[in-house]
Amino acid sequence: MQGAARKKLVMVGNGMAGVRTLEELLALAPDQYDITVFGAEPYGNYNRIMLSPVLANEMTIDDIITHDFDWYRERGIRLLAGRTVVEIDRHRQRVIADDGTVVEYDRLLMATGSTPFILPVPGNDLEGVISYRDIHDVNTMMETAQRFKKAVVIGGGLLGLEAANGLKNQGMDVTVVHISKTLMERQLDAVAGGLLQTYLEDQGIQFAMEAFTAEIKGRDRVETVCFKDGREVEADLVVMAAGIVPNVAVAKQAGLPCERGVLVNDTLQTYDPKIYAVGECAQHRGIAYGLVAPLFDQGKVCANHLAEHGIARYEGTVLSTKLKVTGVKLFSAGDFSGGDGCDELIYKDISQGVYKKLVIKDDRLVGAVLYGDTQDGPWYFELIQSAGSVASLRQDLIFGREFAQEENATENIAEAA
Amino acid sequence: MKSVPDSVKTTCPYCGVGCGVLASVDGDDLRVQGDKEHPSNFGRLCSKGSALAETVDLDGRLLNPSIDGRDVTWDVALEKVASGLSQTIEKYGPNAVAFYVSGQLLTEDYYVANKLMKGFIGSANIDTNSRLCMSSAVVGYKRAFGADSVPCSYEDLEQTDLLVLTGSNTAWCHPILFQRIIAAKEQRPNMKVVVIDPRRTSSCDIADLHLPIKPGYDTTLFNGLLSYLSRFEKLNSEYIERYTDGFEQALEAASHYSDIEVIAQDCGLDVSDVECFYQWFAQTEKAITFYSQGVNQSTSGSDKCNSIINVHLATGRVGKVGSGPFSITGQPNAMGGREVGGLANQMAAHMDFANEADRDRVARFWKAQNMATENGLKAVELFDAIEAGKVKAVWIMATNPMVSLPNADRMRELLKSCDLVVVSDCMARTDTTECADILLPATTWGEKEGMVTNSERRISRQRAFRSKPGQARHDWEIVCDVAQRMGFEGFNYDSPAAIFREHAALSSFENHGQRDFDLGGMADMSDSEYQAWVPAQWPISTRGMSTPRLFEEGQFFTANRRAQFVPIHPAPPIHATDDRYPLILNTGRVRDQWHTMTRTGKSPRLSAHILESFVQVHSKDAEGYGLEEGGLAKVTSRWGEVVVRVSITDDQQRGCLFVPIHWSDQFAHRARVGAVVNPVVDPLSGQPEFKHTPVDIKPYPARWYGFVLSHNELDFDRSHYASKARGRQFWRYELAGDEAVNGWLDWIQSVVPRATQDEGDWLYYEDRNTGRFRAGLVVDQRLSLVCFIAPSVDLPSRSWLAQLFAEPELDSVMRRGLLAGRPAQGGFDGGETICSCFGVGENTIIDAIKEQSLCTPEAVGQCLKAGTNCGSCVPELRKLIDAHSHSE
Repeated sequence: MQGAARKKLVMVGNGMAGVRTLEELLALAPDQYDITVFGAEPYGNYNRIMLSPVLANEMTIDDIITHDFDWYRERGIRLLAGRTVVEIDRHRQRVIADDGTVVEYDRLLMATGSTPFILPVPGNDLEGVISYRDIHDVNTMMETAQRFKKAVVIGGGLLGLEAANGLKNQGMDVTVVHISKTLMERQLDAVAGGLLQTYLEDQGIQFAMEAFTAEIKGRDRVETVCFKDGREVEADLVVMAAGIVPNVAVAKQAGLPCERGVLVNDTLQTYDPKIYAVGECAQHRGIAYGLVAPLFDQGKVCANHLAEHGIARYEGTVLSTKLKVTGVKLFSAGDFSGGDGCDELIYKDISQGVYKKLVIKDDRLVGAVLYGDTQDGPWYFELIQSAGSVASLRQDLIFGREFAQEENATENIAEAA
Repeated sequence: MKSVPDSVKTTCPYCGVGCGVLASVDGDDLRVQGDKEHPSNFGRLCSKGSALAETVDLDGRLLNPSIDGRDVTWDVALEKVASGLSQTIEKYGPNAVAFYVSGQLLTEDYYVANKLMKGFIGSANIDTNSRLCMSSAVVGYKRAFGADSVPCSYEDLEQTDLLVLTGSNTAWCHPILFQRIIAAKEQRPNMKVVVIDPRRTSSCDIADLHLPIKPGYDTTLFNGLLSYLSRFEKLNSEYIERYTDGFEQALEAASHYSDIEVIAQDCGLDVSDVECFYQWFAQTEKAITFYSQGVNQSTSGSDKCNSIINVHLATGRVGKVGSGPFSITGQPNAMGGREVGGLANQMAAHMDFANEADRDRVARFWKAQNMATENGLKAVELFDAIEAGKVKAVWIMATNPMVSLPNADRMRELLKSCDLVVVSDCMARTDTTECADILLPATTWGEKEGMVTNSERRISRQRAFRSKPGQARHDWEIVCDVAQRMGFEGFNYDSPAAIFREHAALSSFENHGQRDFDLGGMADMSDSEYQAWVPAQWPISTRGMSTPRLFEEGQFFTANRRAQFVPIHPAPPIHATDDRYPLILNTGRVRDQWHTMTRTGKSPRLSAHILESFVQVHSKDAEGYGLEEGGLAKVTSRWGEVVVRVSITDDQQRGCLFVPIHWSDQFAHRARVGAVVNPVVDPLSGQPEFKHTPVDIKPYPARWYGFVLSHNELDFDRSHYASKARGRQFWRYELAGDEAVNGWLDWIQSVVPRATQDEGDWLYYEDRNTGRFRAGLVVDQRLSLVCFIAPSVDLPSRSWLAQLFAEPELDSVMRRGLLAGRPAQGGFDGGETICSCFGVGENTIIDAIKEQSLCTPEAVGQCLKAGTNCGSCVPELRKLIDAHSHSE
């Protein structure tokens, strides 16, 4: 099966976007490449989104491994797990890893992902200050929870809240520090953010809102997080979950044009025609995505080009957010901020933990926030993308597809005497 | 163990048919059936009668005497009534007091009230709501026959060959008789039915001919018939000669109506229809004219009755099988009231003030301390006299004049100005009890014992099968106690039987066949005979007698024992339409409500038939006045206005509107049609013209429409339109308003009692810019309230929501659909979302796993897309597969 004519594909990074691209590629052209994968972590591929259930004791690492070593072996893929590529030699079409491994390529796929953003504050390197990105971080948190009590999570976004929930499940007292008034303000409106906060507070998580971290203090180990307004929180563990930064150091060093991420065109090709990039490390039409759906879209297109079919284009992904934060289902899409010229449709069933907001502009659905009941999120998302008039559906729109699209949905009977 | 009687034979408390009812009580459970042995109905019951069991609960019952809103003992209340009446009489004379009573009272109640007023207080100011219903018919019979004698029997309706229903929607107002007529017509298809009614009513379903007459023109039509009979030599000259007087004068008056084309034009009818009716009447020997409020409620009501009686006398069709002028009463004991003299222009037992011998006779019989000498004030006059300050004390029994009288809006002020207003009623909150100084709790159907007389003179027993609730007492007891406290003798009865014996004895006292009303055969019946009384038709001058037909051999009760023709000079209704009030308002009943709904309004079954008051309007008029089906309209007269739902139907003739009489302030804001009706009356009968008021109509400028279904009764701001109807375990409110409401959630929360809200959870939906709002309140998993508001009338159906009030717990499907107003498609609940990327629920996945034998997450993904995006749910999919896959 080892054809001498096979080209060499090297993938840098062994994450969700990259492996999805390989899957797509193998489906299109199973024998086209000899494939080598470098992965910094000593595992096969796992579903990073599922780290939180692991931290929350709901799953084990094994549960979230999506592609174990056998998977690579069965497909003839050489997986170099635990090795980090430190240099790309574009001239000689080879990569060099931290252990000195050198692998040549005909095509290179950058799938290096991102790294957590570490706040540039004094004390950010103290013992007990970590980020939340990989299995190693999860293990650190779980160990810390056995010995310490107080955790501070910096960042009230999805990742931070999941970390907070996980740490609470590990038995720690958790305070979430967030810079704005409401949690997850990019994905949720103020009402949904408030509901989420109340819910999490009921679960025992504390919040320091509108808190700007100024300094992390401690002697041997972190002891206190101090804010600009003078407030302080005691901490044995600080988890930074304040955003991600695309991993572009190697690409930059290789001279590939980068901004936030490695610049790619609609075929996911970088400025070097032999090098492609997908996932969080790539920047397409100005956007470096951090969610799973666009990464998968990218993988499909990229695979098409690696297989030399050359007929697919990636034109970007309209974002919708479908999340499950510690058991609460959330969805948002489009422009849900409302404002002038927009109509808001609001549904609240607070005791059942349900809140929905749809934003309509010029008879078109332009945004949606769903809290608790997200069943119709995908349908709203379709309506937002298709940008057609929803005037005829409006009366029942908030109740979802099964109501609004019934044949007799708008045929209401006025019951006169 | 206490033995429970199998069932109690009683009669229905609603219309004048007087159906026999079997009531069986088993604990709290009441079962009501038709009495197969009762000759009114032979076991049948109409919708209202069938639902009686739903109306006997104690909700809303008046159970304590009270003065100015404070509960008092009977002793205090009776003393206050007695002293109040006595002092008024002392200060202002007997004519300063008045009783306004009801065809709902039993004969014994009626008898003692009449006796007290006319024999002891010394005034004839006792009148009854029957004034509003059939007093013109009384005048008609008295003028023609010399007595208030209904000559026919129900069986005549079955044996006739031509039945002319005039001003009677028998199908809805006397449904059991209508059933009997239908059955007869099926058996004898040659029997013809003519309906004379401005409206095409349900009664027209069996009509061979419907004459949609212009309101008020009945006398023209019947004068024309008399003339026609004469011209075509269809008169019964022998009968006229032998039994009647005054024919020539009557014919002379009618002779102005000999041109059928002119008659047809005046009456708004087709010439051929009028001709057909005249021909049929002329040719058919057995003919009945069956008439009701459409004839009686008119300023020429008495003349209408006599124009009908004239044609029967002219053809000799009185007192014969299947023939006669047959007035049907509205109330269960209107006839009993007439018999005791419950109208202000009667004395007692069909005797009159005009006859000095009668006056003397009754006074002697009663040992009257202060016998009245002349007619008293008839209903409308009576309340006019209160307004004028002439009547200072009024006692209202078992009726609701705030709703039922014409120009009803003046009633509140008028009663407020009255020194003493006593109201005895079975219900605590009626529009009238709200105006009372003293409230006396009376017993009601199922609790009372006594006699009633139906429209064919049949006397039946109403029997009790429940004990008196709370402090409630029988009306006869209350009246007698007051009479005794006022110092009058002759009110010391120990039972209704004793009262009835006296009533029967008075009817035969010095009678000798001179008076039609003679119950001599009942005067000495024992208590047990009274208890076991089997329905019979009066006169019952001797024991065991029953009289199906009167005047078989003439023998009328005029001075010379001859029937009297009355010359009829047709007159239009007093108030004509004009530019400002261009339409004619007609009023009447609907099938499943009774009077002011104090009892039928309790029944979910009955309330479901017609939920709200309405105005029926012809489609062309609707177009012209900008009215929309299901919208609201304001109907205005010179006297008042109502806001009611628009119902467009060409059953209504152009230029005419119809609004039902039932809705009071307890059930709707501004739907009391009495407020609109003109306060003009027939000069002889005093009966108001309920069938003809000039009005205007325009759309109610609703800014919003809505409905609320609520487990608890609610009070809405009187500035809105609101109409209430009983449902099973909920009240339904239809709402609208002409002013914008700011903040619907606040609004509905302000209506619901705080305590209820504290126990429950709200959910709501708002589309503020289009003015759509929906809310639900759930208490302990049960639905407590739903509220739907919209900018137009297109609100969702209430039916599914209504069913939810019976659910012990709202499940997730119901809750999801609650504010949509209907269950999800096919009622399928997708279940908890498992794949949030594609919105696939647990139940959907389980079904797919089972039905398609899916055994891998990939297979599920291919089938439902679940798990194919972020993959987060794949572990859950695996678990579901493990749990539900059939594969070995």
